[in-house]
Amino acid sequence: MSAAGRVFKFGKNIDTDSIFPGKYLVEFDPEKLAEHAMEGIDPSFHEKITRGDVIVAGPNFGCGSAREQAATTLKLAGVSAIVADSFARAFYRNAINNALPVIAIAGISNEVSEGDLMEVDIEHGIVSDITKKLTWKTKPAPRFVMEIINSGGAISYYREKIEARSESRIVETKE
Amino acid sequence: MGMTIVEKILAKNSGSQSIVPGDIVDARVDVVMLHDIGTPGIQRPLKGLGLDGPSPDVECVIIPDHFVPAPHVQAADNLKLTREFSKRVKNGAYYEIGRGGVCHQVMCERGHVKPGQIIVAPDSHATTYGALGALGTGFGVTDVAIALGTGNLWFLVPPTTKIILNGNLKDGVSAKDVILYLLSKFGEERFIYSAIELEGEIIEAMDMEGRMCIANLAYELGVKACLIKPDATTETYLRSAGVREFSAVMPDADAQYESVIELDLSDLEPMVAAPHSPSNGQSVSDAAGVKIQQAFLGSCTNGRIGDLRKAAAILKGRKVHPDVRLIVTPASQAIYAQALEEGLISTFIEAGALVTNSGCGVCLGGHLGVIAAGETCISTSNRNFKGRMGSFEAFIYLASPETVAASAVAGVIADPRDYRRNS
Repeated sequence: MSAAGRVFKFGKNIDTDSIFPGKYLVEFDPEKLAEHAMEGIDPSFHEKITRGDVIVAGPNFGCGSAREQAATTLKLAGVSAIVADSFARAFYRNAINNALPVIAIAGISNEVSEGDLMEVDIEHGIVSDITKKLTWKTKPAPRFVMEIINSGGAISYYREKIEARSESRIVETKE
Repeated sequence: MGMTIVEKILAKNSGSQSIVPGDIVDARVDVVMLHDIGTPGIQRPLKGLGLDGPSPDVECVIIPDHFVPAPHVQAADNLKLTREFSKRVKNGAYYEIGRGGVCHQVMCERGHVKPGQIIVAPDSHATTYGALGALGTGFGVTDVAIALGTGNLWFLVPPTTKIILNGNLKDGVSAKDVILYLLSKFGEERFIYSAIELEGEIIEAMDMEGRMCIANLAYELGVKACLIKPDATTETYLRSAGVREFSAVMPDADAQYESVIELDLSDLEPMVAAPHSPSNGQSVSDAAGVKIQQAFLGSCTNGRIGDLRKAAAILKGRKVHPDVRLIVTPASQAIYAQALEEGLISTFIEAGALVTNSGCGVCLGGHLGVIAAGETCISTSNRNFKGRMGSFEAFIYLASPETVAASAVAGVIADPRDYRRNS
């Protein structure tokens, strides 16, 4: 599972109120979510981004509210992966659950520049800045996390498990 | 090998003998809390999972609070859906507008939080439940739908840091100042994905409201959970909330902590967190004199009866500054009723404050008092990120109820100790 695109850079402690402002929390329509991506920092972000582009950010990306729309809006806007010095816990889970690859590499935000071409391989924990010819290697994602991402997200992953469980129950009843 | 509170709760609910940080466990969820954002939010994932509704094994408590009463049709539609979904809940409770309040407060005061439980909510400030010794933490709607529909959820076992707070707090210094200090000291990153256990003289002497304030705002430290081990104060609170039976989960004597930090807070001064981060703390004297246009007393952090009492003691016989709006939001209807009975609401109104229904509107910048570009608000709530309470060009200072009340009178950020009375 690898992603490649141009880098959009953001700073440290990017909070979910900036990624997806609270006044839109009433909104769940996927079509409308993407328009508000990063609105608190750059209201035109959703127009500038090309599908496949990558976000690189400083420490604690996605801090604040646990709102899942913060991850969903970035995925829908076309972000293919996020690499940050570190991630806030709830955002990290929300991204994985939405099959949006996220990878933490301490200090990476100091070396990558806006507009660099970047390749992200979450399965093997490899991130490359093609423009600067730099490569970082970190721990591969846990197998469980890769299973969720490869299923297309937590919903399809758990749906398969739930269906398998109810099928096995049916078999038991027949016996 | 000994385990911390979080490890013991996760081991108990996953049927494991022993677990260590870094393990991923599939654990039984005791309670799922939903509000008027979470309930509409979980519908799509629930359908995606092929599940009809809540698992009967999970207690499901639904408390509309974010956009109440509905400020626009979209919110009304969400509230209608929330109400309809609540009728499908067989095991749980629903608190209609006017009968509940801010979700985390209602969860605790109505006895839905018990020590040792795992409580999942689509709201980060679920860490509040740690004040009662429960593992409460916030998730996105996908995780909440999985927990509600299947009764289980995966957890990464976090490392635990023990923070021991010693000493005695000075007069005019309260729980909010303690957590703003911890945020300024440790920042928002150090405890990402960790759990913290709080103990020490200051915690032991603190009432449950203060503990809830700290566990609530502790989320901004990046933690997964903030636990306080149950004691006599916990038991008294639980009894008053109507909880008859519970079994406290205590840390083992030989529990393994990632680190143990000991602090003496006897010299702590009232704190404010300056824009635009909760960790941007400074002592109130450093921020004194900053002009404000709005002051907010409320939220799941500081809208409790003790908070209202402390603010009213400062406001009694005084007037809110002519250039300031003071908005007061009791955290629940029960607190509102109590404040009425004690005459606190009259004190607020006589001082020139606006008292609203309980809800999250002001704190999250949804409605009931959003702020304009260029305005400054001092708030007892939990977040001062850009745009949190309205305009992205506004400024928010976080502070204790005492400091907010004193500042509302002064028209500028003020030290509450200058507004105390000799009693």
